[in-house]
Amino acid sequence: MSYQLPKFRHPELPVNDLGYTKAEYEGAISTLCAGCGHDSISGAIVRACHELSIEPHKIAKLSGIGCSSKTPTYFLGNSHGFNSVHGRMPSVVTGAALANRDLLYMGISGDGDTASIGMGQFAHVARRNLNMVYIIMNNGCYGLTKGQDSATADRGSASKKGDPNIYSSIDLCGTALQMGATFIGRSFSGDKEQLVPLIKAAMSHRGFALIDVISPCVTFNNNLASTKSYEFVREHSEATGTIDFVPMHKEITTEYEPGSSHEVTLHDGSSIHLYKVDDSFDPFNRGSAMGALEEHRNAGNILTGLIYMNKDSRDLHEVIETSQRPLNELEEVDLCPGNKMLVNINASLR
Amino acid sequence: MKSIKSVNDFVIKFANVNGTGSASANSLFAKAIFRMGVPVSPKNIFPSNIQGLPTWYEVRVSDKGYLGRRGGVDIALSVNPQSMADDIREVEPGGYFIYDNTKPLDLRNHRNDITIIGLPLTRICNKEYDDPRQRQLFKNVIYVGALAALLDIDFKVLTGLVEDQFKGKKNLVLPNIHALELGHQYARANVECPIGIRVEHSDMVGDKILLDGNEALGLGALYGGATVAAWYPITPSTSVVDAFEKYAKRVRIDPGTGRRNYAIVQGEDELAAIGMAIGASWNGSRAFTATSGPGVSLMSEFLGLAYFAEIPTVLFNVQRAGPSTGMPTRTQQSDVLACAYASHGDTKQVLLFPSTPKECFDFGAQAFDLAERLQTPIILMSDLDLGMNDNMSEPLSWDDDRKYDRGKVMTEEELEAGTEFGRYLDVDGDAICYRTYPGTHPTRGSFFTRGTSRNEYAVYSENGEDYEANMLRLLRKWDTINEHVPAPVIVDCGRETDTAVLYFGTSEESSREALDYLAEDGIFMNAMRVRAFPFNSEVQQFIESHAQVFVIEQNRDAQLRTLLMAEFEFGPDILKSVLCFDGTPISARNIRKQIKKHLNGDNVLPLHRKASLSGVEEIL
Repeated sequence: MSYQLPKFRHPELPVNDLGYTKAEYEGAISTLCAGCGHDSISGAIVRACHELSIEPHKIAKLSGIGCSSKTPTYFLGNSHGFNSVHGRMPSVVTGAALANRDLLYMGISGDGDTASIGMGQFAHVARRNLNMVYIIMNNGCYGLTKGQDSATADRGSASKKGDPNIYSSIDLCGTALQMGATFIGRSFSGDKEQLVPLIKAAMSHRGFALIDVISPCVTFNNNLASTKSYEFVREHSEATGTIDFVPMHKEITTEYEPGSSHEVTLHDGSSIHLYKVDDSFDPFNRGSAMGALEEHRNAGNILTGLIYMNKDSRDLHEVIETSQRPLNELEEVDLCPGNKMLVNINASLR
Repeated sequence: MKSIKSVNDFVIKFANVNGTGSASANSLFAKAIFRMGVPVSPKNIFPSNIQGLPTWYEVRVSDKGYLGRRGGVDIALSVNPQSMADDIREVEPGGYFIYDNTKPLDLRNHRNDITIIGLPLTRICNKEYDDPRQRQLFKNVIYVGALAALLDIDFKVLTGLVEDQFKGKKNLVLPNIHALELGHQYARANVECPIGIRVEHSDMVGDKILLDGNEALGLGALYGGATVAAWYPITPSTSVVDAFEKYAKRVRIDPGTGRRNYAIVQGEDELAAIGMAIGASWNGSRAFTATSGPGVSLMSEFLGLAYFAEIPTVLFNVQRAGPSTGMPTRTQQSDVLACAYASHGDTKQVLLFPSTPKECFDFGAQAFDLAERLQTPIILMSDLDLGMNDNMSEPLSWDDDRKYDRGKVMTEEELEAGTEFGRYLDVDGDAICYRTYPGTHPTRGSFFTRGTSRNEYAVYSENGEDYEANMLRLLRKWDTINEHVPAPVIVDCGRETDTAVLYFGTSEESSREALDYLAEDGIFMNAMRVRAFPFNSEVQQFIESHAQVFVIEQNRDAQLRTLLMAEFEFGPDILKSVLCFDGTPISARNIRKQIKKHLNGDNVLPLHRKASLSGVEEIL
C-alpha cells in the first residue's frame, strides 16, 4: 500500500469538456487495504464524473460509517463531503437535497451501513425517490471490526474466520425494488467496463438510483468458501446485458451489434443504450426485474447490470412541489411575511 | 353552608368524555370570559386516547392576572359519569357542582358542604335533536349557554364569538346559537341565577392574545426563515409542524410558479427527522425538527455529531412526563439534563427556555440566528402545558427591518480572493470558525464534515494534540455562546432579603403568584427566571447574593438545580428544591406550601389519620 499520492501527472492527460483532467476528480490517498474492491469503485466514480464533465464542486458526497463510508475522502477532493453517523446517511442526504436541488448527491454506504443499522433509512429514502445516487460497496462483512458476517452474507458462505453464515441474506436490489427505487443496478468492483456506464446512467437519472456493487474484502472475506470473493463473483455473475451511456449532445457510437438494443432517454437529455442478453427480461418492468433477481438467486448466480429503471420517475422535489429555486438561496423577502400578517393573526386571537 | 362568593376570580373544571367535541365548546367558554376583559388560563388535561376516557378542562379566571394553576376547584361541571365521584370530591367547600341530572346523582357522591345544581342536558338534547352525533355535540354547547346564565356571562359576547368562529357559514352559526339559548333559557327558568360566583366586564386583558405555544413556535420558525421541516409525529409536539405548514401554505407559495418555498418531510422516525434537519442546515437552509422526550433520546447521537462537527441545528422539544413513554399527555420539565448534555462524550448543548407564547415565537425565530451564528444545536425547551394550552400572551410582533444573522459563511468572492479557509480555524478569537456551503467554489473551500476528530483544516486526525485543541476551542466557544443567549429576568421584591426563588419556563406564573401569597404572610423573596443554558454570569451573581435560593421546577430529580450545581459548584446548602412532577402544571398553592415547609425548618410531617370519603383511611 502506498502512503503518498504521487504528484506527478502525465502532461498530456486527456481533459474533459470543462478542461479538467482526471486529477481534478481525485481525492486523498486511500487508507484501505491494498487490493480492496472499494478503491476500484472510487476509481470508477472518478472516471464517470470526469467523463461526464460534471463540475466537481457541484457534487456532494455523503456517507455513513464503515470502510465503504471512508471512501469519499479518496475521490472528488473538490467536492464537499459528509461522513455522518452509522446507517443515517440517507436522512442527511435527504435534508441536503431539500436545501439545494441543484447539486448532484452521491451517497456511499456499505452492507452493514445499509442492510443492518441503516435498513430503515435505506427503505424510506428509496420510497421517497430522492434524487440521488446510492452506491453500496457490498463485501458481506464488517471490515473495520475485523470481519463479522453482515446481513448480505449468503447462507452457507464462510469468511476467513471459517464458520458458515447461518442466516439468509438480504438482497438489497430486491429490497430497493420493493421499496420503490426507480433505478437499480448491480455490478462488481472488478468490472469497470460495466460499472462506469452504470454510474453515469445513475447520475443522469432523476430519482433514487441504487447501484449495489459487490466489492470483495481482501482481508476478511476473499477466501475459497466465501460467495463475495473475487473468484466466486467472477465465476457466478451473469449480466442482464451491456449498457452504453450516451451523454447529451454526444454522437452515438457503439461497438455492439445493432438490432438487440433499446434506447432510453433520460431527464437531462442523455440516453442509455441497453443490449440485452436475454430477450424475455424487461428492465422497465418491476415484475420482470423481480423475477429475474429471484431466478438468478435460486440458480446461485449474481445478476448484474441494469436491473430496473422507471422511465417516468418523479423525484421527491416533484412530488412535494418545491420551488425550482434552491431553498438555500431564498432570502428574507421570500421567507418572512412581515409584521402586517402578525397584526391580523393577533386580531384573530382576541 | 357558606357558599363561595367572588367576581372574576375562580377556578372551574369541566369533566368530559374524550372525543365528544367538548374541547371547542369549552374553549368557547374561556374565550368569552377573555373577551369580557378578564384574564383566563385554560388547561386541557387529557388522556392518551382518541375516544372514551375521561378528559378535563380547567379554567382559571383571575382579574389579578394570575395565569398559573392555583390548585383547588370552585366549580365543577360534570358530564362524565366515569369520573363523577372524583370530580365532586375535588370541589372546594362552599363550591358548586353542576351535572347532567338526566340520571340522578348517586347518593354516595352527595355532599352537604357544596351547592349541587342539576341540568337535564341529555333530556334537552334528546328532545331537540334526532341525530346522535348532534345530541352529543350540542350537549356541550348547551351547558356553555347554561353557564352563561349561572355566571352572568354576557350572552352577546358568546353569540359574537360563535359568529366569528363560523364566519360565512350561516348553517353553523344559527344551530350553535340556538343550542346556547336552550341552555341559557333552561338555567334562567329553573335555577337561581347568577350563583355566588360571577363574571363582570373588566379591562385587565389589554391587547393580549390567547394562543398556544406550539402555534407560536410554528410561526416563529416561519418568520425565522425555516425552509425545511423534518419531523416524526409525537405528542405534544405534533402541532408545531402543523402550524408551520398551515401558515407556509398561505405565505410561502411562489406567486409565479405556484411552487413551494418550503419543504416538509415526515420522517420514518426521529433519527431521520433530525438527520434531515442537519443535512439541510449543512447545505445552507434553515431547518428544524420538533419532538418530545422519546424523540430526544433517539436524536442524541445526531446531536453529538452536530455539536462536534459544528452544524447549525434547531430542535424544538415540547416536553412531556417521562421517563420512557411516561405520561404522554401530561406535562413536565424533565428533559433538562438529557438535553443539556445530550449525546456521548463531552458535550454541552444550548437550551432556550420560553415561558409564554410570545417567547415561543421570539425564541423560535431567534433559534435560527443563534444556530447559524454559533454553529451548534439550539434546543428550545417548551412543554405540554405551554405548547398545547391556550396561554394569555403579549401579542406577536416582528421588526420588518430585521435581517437574518447567517453567521460566518465564506463566500465565493472571498475564496476567489484567496482568503485562507480552514473549517475549524479560529481566525478571530471567538472560537467560531468560517464554514462554506457545498458548491460554492470549483477549487477552494471544500471540506469534509465528519464526526471523527480532525485538524483545523478538517483533515482526519488521531493526533491527541489536534483533538485536545479542538475540544478546548469548543469549550471557549461556550463562552462566546454565553454572550448571545437570552439573559435571565430578575424580579426584585424591593425589600431587604437573603432568600430568592429561581424558575424557568412554565413555572413562572405559579411562582409569581406564590410570591404574592408569601409576601402577604410577610415572607419577601427576590426572583429570577432563567431563560437559557449556558447560564450567564448574572445567574451566578444572583445566586451568590442570596443565602438561600429555591429552585422551582417540574421534575422529580431537581434537574435545573443539578445543572446549576454542576456549572457553578453551588452546594445543597444554598440551592433548595421546590418540585412538582405529577404531570399537572405546578400550582401556586403547592409552591407556597413547599417553601413554607423549608423556611419553618419543618420538614417532617406529623402522621395523622383522616377518614376519607371512600371509607378507606388515608395517611396524609
